[in-house]
Amino acid sequence: MPRKASSSVSSIIDTPKRATVRTTNKIVQFFASSQKPSPGETKLSSSYPGALPKSAPSISLPTISLSTATGEHTSEAPMVVFSPEEARRTARKHAQFGPLLHSSHKYVSQHNDGGELEEPIEDEPPYFIMFTTYFSYLILIIFGHVRDFFGKRFRSSKYTNLKAQNGYAALNSDFDNFYVRRLKKRLDDCFSRPITGVPGRYITLLGRESKDYNDTFNMTGEKIETLNMSSYNYLGFAQSEGPCADASEESIRKYGVSAAGTRSDGGTLDLHVDCEALIARFVGKPASILYSMGYGTNAWIFSSLVSKGCLIISDELNHASIRTGARASGAMIDMFKHNHMGDLENKLREYISQGQPRTHRPWKKILVVVEGLYSMEGTMCNLPALVRLREKYGFYLFVDEAHSVGALGPRGRGVCDFFGVDPRDVDILMGTLTKSFGANGGYIAAEKCIIDKLRAINAGVLMSEAPAPGVVTQITSSLKMITGELNTGEGEERLQRLAFNSRYLRLGLKRLGFIVLGHDDSPIVPLMLYNPAKMPAFSREMLKRKISVVVVGYPATPLVSSRVRFCLSAAHNKDDLDRLLRACDEVGDELDLKLSSGIAGGAIPLPEGVTPEMEAERIAKGGKVAAPRWPVEEVIKRGVQDTKLTLR
Amino acid sequence: MTSSPLSSPSQIFNMDYQDALALLVTIRDMAIVQFHRIPGSAILTRYIKMSYQHDPARSVIELCLVIFAIQYLLAPKYSTQKKNFVKLRPDEVDELIEDWTPEPLVAPLTEFEQEQIDKTPVIAGPTGTKVKLTNGRTVTNLASTNFFNLANQPALAESAITTLRTYGVGPCGPPGFYGTQDVHVDCEQDIAEFIGSEACIIYAQAFSTISAVIPAFAKRGDIIVVDEKVNFATQKALQLSRSTIRWYKHNDMDDLEKVLKKVEREFRGRELTRRFIVTEALFEDGGDVADLGTIVKLKFQYKYRLILDETNSFGVVGETGRGLTEYYNLPATDVDMIVGTLATTFVGGGGFCCGSKEIVHHQRISGLAYVFSAALPAMLATTVSEIIKMLRENPENFITPLRENIKTFHAALAKTDTLTITSSLINPTISIQLNGKREMSNDEQDRLAQDVVDECLANGVLVTRVKRIALPAGMSKGPKWFGWNPAMVVKVYVSSGFSKKDCEKAGSVIRSAVTKVVGKKR
Ligand SMILES: Cc1ncc(COP(=O)(O)O)c(C=O)c1O
Repeated sequence: MPRKASSSVSSIIDTPKRATVRTTNKIVQFFASSQKPSPGETKLSSSYPGALPKSAPSISLPTISLSTATGEHTSEAPMVVFSPEEARRTARKHAQFGPLLHSSHKYVSQHNDGGELEEPIEDEPPYFIMFTTYFSYLILIIFGHVRDFFGKRFRSSKYTNLKAQNGYAALNSDFDNFYVRRLKKRLDDCFSRPITGVPGRYITLLGRESKDYNDTFNMTGEKIETLNMSSYNYLGFAQSEGPCADASEESIRKYGVSAAGTRSDGGTLDLHVDCEALIARFVGKPASILYSMGYGTNAWIFSSLVSKGCLIISDELNHASIRTGARASGAMIDMFKHNHMGDLENKLREYISQGQPRTHRPWKKILVVVEGLYSMEGTMCNLPALVRLREKYGFYLFVDEAHSVGALGPRGRGVCDFFGVDPRDVDILMGTLTKSFGANGGYIAAEKCIIDKLRAINAGVLMSEAPAPGVVTQITSSLKMITGELNTGEGEERLQRLAFNSRYLRLGLKRLGFIVLGHDDSPIVPLMLYNPAKMPAFSREMLKRKISVVVVGYPATPLVSSRVRFCLSAAHNKDDLDRLLRACDEVGDELDLKLSSGIAGGAIPLPEGVTPEMEAERIAKGGKVAAPRWPVEEVIKRGVQDTKLTLR
Repeated sequence: MTSSPLSSPSQIFNMDYQDALALLVTIRDMAIVQFHRIPGSAILTRYIKMSYQHDPARSVIELCLVIFAIQYLLAPKYSTQKKNFVKLRPDEVDELIEDWTPEPLVAPLTEFEQEQIDKTPVIAGPTGTKVKLTNGRTVTNLASTNFFNLANQPALAESAITTLRTYGVGPCGPPGFYGTQDVHVDCEQDIAEFIGSEACIIYAQAFSTISAVIPAFAKRGDIIVVDEKVNFATQKALQLSRSTIRWYKHNDMDDLEKVLKKVEREFRGRELTRRFIVTEALFEDGGDVADLGTIVKLKFQYKYRLILDETNSFGVVGETGRGLTEYYNLPATDVDMIVGTLATTFVGGGGFCCGSKEIVHHQRISGLAYVFSAALPAMLATTVSEIIKMLRENPENFITPLRENIKTFHAALAKTDTLTITSSLINPTISIQLNGKREMSNDEQDRLAQDVVDECLANGVLVTRVKRIALPAGMSKGPKWFGWNPAMVVKVYVSSGFSKKDCEKAGSVIRSAVTKVVGKKR
């Protein structure tokens, strides 16, 4: 198995010439051929995902007819015809990890100029949308309260949890609970959809329906295979076969299912020690500790680093686990505006010069906590600026790389790698293994003296269970694949596919006219919906087209910025993204989501002879930017080449 | 659920001045209509009109008053906090920044801590009753929470592999975002049925479970009455909840009642807030059994909700392993929330909370460690389900030998006055208290316990000791729940996998080690 995979990789590497020739061919063909697939055709293919891997070459675009550059495809194609068993296996494999369609669908994730990060330009929707959004909430609130008022009086059996009874106070306060009951409940069919099998390229939902307005759900027994735009499966390691699963299986055979104990008692296996060494080497720190849960890692770490008399300055959009951990530490906590380095610097100047409140004693330490990649915004932290500030102000820097490790950087080693920052300039690198590595757990990587101390005093080490052997081996083997020790070449390919997919989709959505948040290279692409009612509408429309998406609204985001979030994966290929773009195009028209003004990118290419500088000057002088509303086929046609340019 | 009424998107984008004006007018009109809908708006309009008619000057003054009121309300709240603010020139600020030197991120490692790390056993290969350590020695393992010796059972491994081959390893997302696999739903159902409660929710790490459960329900202003010896995770959960905490003396039911009465007196006439009693089933600190019968009686009498931490008892206590409620012959529904671990006896991973449907449902929305963390790997969930099946079919295969082994250990250890076993006979975690002659500081106690552990290991028996979590500097005078400071103990995790002879042999090794080490110090 491994040998086959690597040979396919090498065949990709061996054929760059062929590939480029074909690319040029392709471009010629693009412009020559006017035959676009009819809308009917597109729809058919997009509503039948199960057949996609096999039928992919026959749908729509000429790109695919050129996809023979992938060795796998050619070598296995005849088998598909002859053996149904083989066909089934291939389909299963491709449902977890899509085949690369063309060697040009790769890109290197790297911050190109080495300087500080520019803020992504944030587009704003027309006032009308803002107005209707607020208005929707107003209606929601009024109706909700009216219903509560009467419901509590006339249908009290439904409100037992919200009312004191028999001398017990209400279990939930109706105030805290208002949005849950009145908003979330209405879209509960879009959350917690149960699944079965591997959350890979496709994800199999278990059908369910509700007859009582989402109070309860009944399973219908049907299984719906959908394109998975929702799992944190950045590098596509959610797989039940392949070298990682093989290694994991072997490990379970050898070690059993559990390490049975805490790390400091009898729960440390040699596996853990090896894995820690590997993680440390990977992220570029001298030592690391492995935990069985990413949330738990954060929830317990801050108590070991800071305490009363210390200050935590945290980005306002930091994850709940960081907030929990910070609160548990007993240190004073303040927040700065998301990614706003000026605000952070002001806070630092004030806090350091003023000292602790009341006593004015100097702070014992100051810890600045940021995330590498923000999972709701798709923005990255401005690491170069943070490092500069750290140099100047002497605080300690904690970066949570939950989403960035594996997903960013030319070698997949997270934000440091992406920006070319020396990992030594970050004091604590925290990360989770749940996302890019298809496993579970978290880690802390730092100087050896810090890690040793943590081993002695950190509650997570002393009292929480050690990660299970099968999980640890998944981490080890996926890490080795990324570094190239296992199946040389495949890890690199995964990284580059993810980087390409991220940019391709983002550019495509911008060109279609959507307002998209985040930085260009981030594999998290939030598309703004604004109106709360558009959340369920979008999610259901997508489900109709057999695409699973995550919608998020208040209270996870600010009131007016409901959004849908696409998580890209190396397991997706261009067909998948094109399918998504077409679906978004249709739904976007239907729900009136194409709201961008053009300032944030997606504009038509500059005419011959106009340089970006000239264009910038024109805009600076008040020149109008045309709102991008590309036809979807045009977006797809130009996507591959334009993705690799500086996005505009 | 409909799309916005705007007919074509281009209308919004190519909005020029005319359109904008029209829109403004519409908005104004809508605003006026809305304003008229507010109850009492007519009166207000009339009042303003009349007042203006009678005395325009008064209107101006009133307007000023309104503005002042609004400004007062909107004024930043922290201004009082900053009373103490010292105004500094930028160069002074720079100088202060220049001068500031932070403490190191962590204190340097003490010698004892270094020793502790160096001596952490690393097992090469699978865990079990006998393990090979990386230093090449094979020892009897009493340091793993592997009570039924299932961690390395081949049949379970095979079933885990089957799961792996269908589900992969991680679910790659939190339960709310496509992380709920059917095996999680089944596992939850299995646990709920096994315990006999209505519903169950599983978390991805046992240690983080209770710190999510308690703050999901107990908020500022709520009252929690707690046994003073609850474990560290629970203490942190209480701290995170920001509720009002009242402690009762360890397992002292009279004191509990006294506290409940006092709370009743103290809060009489005030708005009713949620009230909880929190206790462990088998105490981490000391290993004794909570008097659940009385606690349940009191909780009903005083109308409290009971949160029971069954971390050490679930699976091993009671005739069929259903935990302390079974031991006391109580229905599990008498306890509002039962929290436990799936990582020890059940050799899977994660923790769970059982309770009514509402209690579980609320956690799916507000249990932070559930909502914001990836779900448990599928293979660990199916392992738990498998073991529950085994336990339901043949509880005696597991519980009886375990109980026998605990007894044997107790008997083997009992014959010396250098140690006291504080844990109960039903507790597979045996807590051995070392009886030094004189009062000892924490450091001395730790030293002693470590020496016993070392001595046991030298004789081929791996045991462990309780590790403290020091009170962080500056916290010592604060509330008493910021550290973990149990009595000095050596811990022995008994497993049903040992033969009687193994237990006797290991027991005597431990006994001689204690006699040797503690005896020397006396
Ligand atoms: C920034 C951040 N930290 C920590 C976590 C928690 O990680 P895990 O899912 O492994 O518990 C997440 C997961 O969503 C996250 O986004």
